[in-house]
Amino acid sequence: MTTSNNYEPTEIDLQRRKETPLLQALRSFVRQRSAILGMIIIGSITVIAIFANQIAPYQPDQVLIGQEDVKKRQPPCIHLLGCPEDQPQHLMGIDGNVRDEFSRIIHGSRISLTVGFVTVTFAMLIGVILGAIAGYTGRWADDGIMRFLDVLLAFPSLLLAIAIVSVLGPGLTNAMLAIAIVTIPVYARVMRSVVLSAKEEEYVTAARSVGVQNNKILFRHIMPNGISPLIVLATLGIGTAILDAAALSFLGLGAQPPMPEWGAMLSAERNQVFSAPHLVFFPGLAIMLVVLGFNLLGDGLRDALDPRMKNR
Amino acid sequence: MRDVARGDFGNSIRFNRSVGEILVERLPVTIELGAAALFLAVIIGIPAGLISALKRNSAIDVGTMVGANIGVSMPVFWLGLLLAYVFALLLKGTPLWLPPTGRLSAGLVATPFYEVYNLTFTPDSATHRLFEFISNFYIFNSIITANGEVLKDSIRHLILPAMALATIPLAIIARMTRSSMLETLNQDYVRTARSKGLRERSVVIGHSFRNSLLPIITIIGLQLGVIFGGAVLTETIFGLAGVGRTLFEAITARDFPIIQGFTLVIALGYVIANLLVDLSYGFIDPRIRLD
Repeated sequence: MTTSNNYEPTEIDLQRRKETPLLQALRSFVRQRSAILGMIIIGSITVIAIFANQIAPYQPDQVLIGQEDVKKRQPPCIHLLGCPEDQPQHLMGIDGNVRDEFSRIIHGSRISLTVGFVTVTFAMLIGVILGAIAGYTGRWADDGIMRFLDVLLAFPSLLLAIAIVSVLGPGLTNAMLAIAIVTIPVYARVMRSVVLSAKEEEYVTAARSVGVQNNKILFRHIMPNGISPLIVLATLGIGTAILDAAALSFLGLGAQPPMPEWGAMLSAERNQVFSAPHLVFFPGLAIMLVVLGFNLLGDGLRDALDPRMKNR
Repeated sequence: MRDVARGDFGNSIRFNRSVGEILVERLPVTIELGAAALFLAVIIGIPAGLISALKRNSAIDVGTMVGANIGVSMPVFWLGLLLAYVFALLLKGTPLWLPPTGRLSAGLVATPFYEVYNLTFTPDSATHRLFEFISNFYIFNSIITANGEVLKDSIRHLILPAMALATIPLAIIARMTRSSMLETLNQDYVRTARSKGLRERSVVIGHSFRNSLLPIITIIGLQLGVIFGGAVLTETIFGLAGVGRTLFEAITARDFPIIQGFTLVIALGYVIANLLVDLSYGFIDPRIRLD
């Protein structure tokens, strides 16, 4: 019977010991099917967004009256699925303003990805700075910043975003700003907890004892500890931001017509759900797919970067 | 402040009615909707997460988690419209048909319980408001007045919005139950319980699930925020005059007395829910003492 004392490390074990944490995380990430699926979804949508002009057969605001023999809210016509060849092909049908739905969905991917990335970047930037100051300075700065952020957390985020947009005025930029403001506390709290635990570490004491300035200690020695939880939060946050922006547009507070934003497109045709379900189905499906992609990717990153969170 | 404590939030600019009166009329709609959604999310989410953890990596587990991931990513307003399309149009004429809008079918009236039982009170008094408030819970009111027709109809009207509103919390609860159970199932005390010959059911429910309850209860409490936010969208789609839709309309119309009153009530609801969650910790795990 072998005991643990006789354990001889295999070649694979030795090779793994040489790996950097980043390589280990990458290996763990690649092993997860759901994360790869998320990556494929996001990658495809990014490619679609970049080449929207080449992929979409029409411009997103091109009205087809007088150009083609099509009717308002015409269902999809796909030649491969039996639609007569003499009729123009419209993969997702025609919308209420006689525009090609497929082209609008394709161009909408640009708006959704921009909303997600810009909102999260802004929220993360402000949140990280506030959280770092609160955690590192402590006392009144900590109390002041965190109590203010607690107030933001005390309201359902969508209602708070609605309130902010109604003060700023409807529009996509204001909706993005509102969503960013309501998500700042999430990033600030994570950064604060990272700073609180790291500032007691010996390397920080060592840096302080050799006379390194406070801001250098904070930005160079402490804040890099927060990178992995922040990457995970940001990836998951992009999905939530896209969902919230679509909800605001659905309520008429976000993107305004004729912008091909998926939430606004869905809202414009919601009363036609019984007569033209395709105009509700496709924009919603697009929102769900992009959010699903970011959620899968975020979950995969979390498992790869923080093994303790695996299976969550 | 004294007026607020007495339930006087002023008058709505838009409706020219007291905010308290509007609250009494509309809060029960949202409470009924939110409670139904939370109920659905809990009774489906917890067993789904439990089975998923017990049958880890099986087809059931993969299916549940794929479903949970899709559920978390689903826009509430889209799901609401799809449900309305399927249940109100495609299934029209079948027993599965469900009404897509409103709280009661046309022609049906939910007679308040105080009228049925001839209870007397001073008009516009606190008792009147309270009775009115209780009678606006159509399901509860129809149960105590034994009005089967209204009960059936109000439940049928609530199913679609509750299903739409429950999807995200359901998915989150199922995921949390699964992860929490996976953690406790690997603990030493579970192995000990199994090795001393306890029945699997006792091990899973008594030892593992009981210890997994804390994070599950916490996440259920946090879902209230999702439900309040989702209520705005769900009530808009299904034509329900609840707190979410009223607050949204008040914000866009700058009706400040309603905004103030309704925000206070929502924040109060949040605080009470969090308090209940905190208090439940001591009940679930007697080692936790709340001083």
